[in-house]
Amino acid sequence: MIKDKLAFGAVAALALAGAVHAQSARDYISIVGSSTVYPFTTAVAEQFGKANAQFKTPKVESTGTGGGFKLFCGGVGVQHPDISNASRPIKKSEVETCAKNGVTEIVEINIGFDGIVLASSKKNQPMPLTIKDIWLALAKEVPDASGKLVANPHKTWKDVNPALPANKIEVLGPPPTSGTRDAFVELVMDHGCKEFDAIKTLEKSDEKKAKAACQTVREDGAFIEAGENDNLIVNKLVANPNALGVFGYSFLEENLDKIQGETINGVAPNFESIADGKYPVSRPLFVYVKKAHVGVIPGIKEFIAEFTSEKAVGDDGYLGRKGLIPLPDNKRKQVATDARSLKTLSL
Amino acid sequence: MNKATSHDGVPLRERDIKTIVNAGLARRHAAERRFRWYGLIAISLGLAFVVLMFANIIGKGLPAFWQTYIQVPIHFDAAVLDPEGNRDPQTLASADYGALVRAGLRQTFPAVEGRLPLRALSALLSTDAAYELQRRVLADPQLIGAQQEIWLLASAAVDTFVKGNIDRTLDEANRPIKDQQIEWIDQLRAADKIERQFNAVLFRNGDSREPEQAGIRGALMGSFFTLLVTFLLSFPIGVATAVYLEEFAPKNRWTDIIEVNINNLAAVPSIVFGLLGLAVFINFFGLPRSAPLVGGLVLSLMTLPVIIIAGRAALTSVPPSIREAALGMGASKLQMVGHHVLPLAMPGMLTGSIIGMARALGESAPLLMIGMVAFIVDVPKGFLDPATVLPVQIYLWSDLPERAFVERTSAAIMVLLAFMILMNGLAILLRKRFERRW
Repeated sequence: MIKDKLAFGAVAALALAGAVHAQSARDYISIVGSSTVYPFTTAVAEQFGKANAQFKTPKVESTGTGGGFKLFCGGVGVQHPDISNASRPIKKSEVETCAKNGVTEIVEINIGFDGIVLASSKKNQPMPLTIKDIWLALAKEVPDASGKLVANPHKTWKDVNPALPANKIEVLGPPPTSGTRDAFVELVMDHGCKEFDAIKTLEKSDEKKAKAACQTVREDGAFIEAGENDNLIVNKLVANPNALGVFGYSFLEENLDKIQGETINGVAPNFESIADGKYPVSRPLFVYVKKAHVGVIPGIKEFIAEFTSEKAVGDDGYLGRKGLIPLPDNKRKQVATDARSLKTLSL
Repeated sequence: MNKATSHDGVPLRERDIKTIVNAGLARRHAAERRFRWYGLIAISLGLAFVVLMFANIIGKGLPAFWQTYIQVPIHFDAAVLDPEGNRDPQTLASADYGALVRAGLRQTFPAVEGRLPLRALSALLSTDAAYELQRRVLADPQLIGAQQEIWLLASAAVDTFVKGNIDRTLDEANRPIKDQQIEWIDQLRAADKIERQFNAVLFRNGDSREPEQAGIRGALMGSFFTLLVTFLLSFPIGVATAVYLEEFAPKNRWTDIIEVNINNLAAVPSIVFGLLGLAVFINFFGLPRSAPLVGGLVLSLMTLPVIIIAGRAALTSVPPSIREAALGMGASKLQMVGHHVLPLAMPGMLTGSIIGMARALGESAPLLMIGMVAFIVDVPKGFLDPATVLPVQIYLWSDLPERAFVERTSAAIMVLLAFMILMNGLAILLRKRFERRW
């Protein structure tokens, strides 16, 4: 029993030492945030660690965009993260929370674009879709001939658009907690519904109701929430050739031998069409840096330099090979200069 | 039924009983046979699923234990590595090792010209190749000036292709490896300069975004530190609690409440302990996020009830005569417990603890909350370094787009399963060899 007491004492002492240590210093960069940006930030972190022997490799947590900002805006000090990944711009409410906790100076870096694709098995005929078709197929309620909203009656793609094959509507997508789902709703559903006069009239009378009509995805089995894991969706598409899947462009690129991306509004998802903005369903990805930590935590400046270097985010950078779509040349130069001079965000 | 009586109370004759029993016998035997069949079907169904799962994981994961290497002639050119010739470690560390690799590849394929083909050629090798040469030179500066044939790590795309997971008949645009590269691989094969070797990288490296460089060393060390904290905390406290509750505590309403609570805690979903850990250890005590210390603290909260319950069961199975004999010989209560009861109950307690620890090893949900779901390249060296654990590493790898991570995910699952089997085997061994039955 004496041994047990000793062991307990040792651990207690250790815990105390830990608390002291935690308050004194952190010699690695701590990054939190979006799981969509995670594959890119981790690649930069690894390169940074390899190229700069004097710094430790940053730690990158995958917490989701919202969860990331919650931690990031927790305050200034070593116990709070230095950088947050985001698959959408920071919200005004989040900037306010940040300011309330003393995080007033934030540097925003737009690192590139991510395309969201609708893909199906190669065994299936390609389907030229439009945003309108997708909304008609997936909205919970659609306007009927008289313009009244009724429960979505469409069973096959042919019901939606006579030019499409008579395949059952079956779309595998991420759950509402996912950033990909947010972007899909914002970029496809919100735009698709605007093509109907009934929704436009509704918008004038009752904006909230119109928004709900636009964004609510049907729950009768045509849209299947297939979980956060995009690899799983790819596997399910191969097993079920009739189904379509919604996921990030990098997963399409890695699995081009098994699946194909559907054209949307006549544009096929590929590196070039997303980069020049022709492909309609793409979103910017961001990294936010806490300026107060620059110079306190070693290596943040150098990390920003690595993240904005041509080697990483350039047309032929290593992040491009991981599926990130680079910004246009002039925008990229602007972002790099702003980031390196630590220009802070102003709302 | 003590005595065979008919329903009106008159004793039945022996022959009547026999007739009744015989009449029902066939039905009762059939019922028993059916029950056996149900059991058999249930077990074989369960086994079939286990076999299916193992076959799937092993089938996918086994190739990950081998890794493709390409033999390249490397000239450790002094002009590139150490132009001043003073063997300064700083110069040696920052030299352009990539140039050596490129020169070696060009020597193997002298016909390749042009920027793009040369880049495609470089892409045959992992980006780690240059760092491998750097490590070799730093370990042994004598190498400078030497000419050696060196096996260097191939890139993940080449590795996947060599393992036959990319169909070469596909359209060139739809595969990660191009026609020209396939040609080069075929040439290397013909010259015996490409081969599969044991994947030591998997056990040597921490996490990486390049599949061929990714390893589970970091996650293994993270699991080790986390479980060490868990064991050091939960075992002594759990045993002490079990002993106190079983041997010393008065039996009253308070101890009843405590017992109900302990049983309850054992059934609480583990994510709840994660939330508790976040609120108490990180937000209140200010311990660092992602540290094995915090992970261990959270997991010991989760393991404690299991150990206490197992410990109490082990203590109750020690017969009271042992206690009475000890007390009768004049031992104090503490001596009775310390010298007699506890040693006899120890095998059962250890078994329970090991099973609890095995559960903790496989746990990932509570660690999500305390920041252990993270990309960590540097292998943790202590209780406060940022770390992740094996099940979390599996989760992270399963979510990455690169195809080559699929087999590594399964390989990591195999390693985790091996540890589980080892721990549970140890628990059974302890029980079989040391547990006494009365």
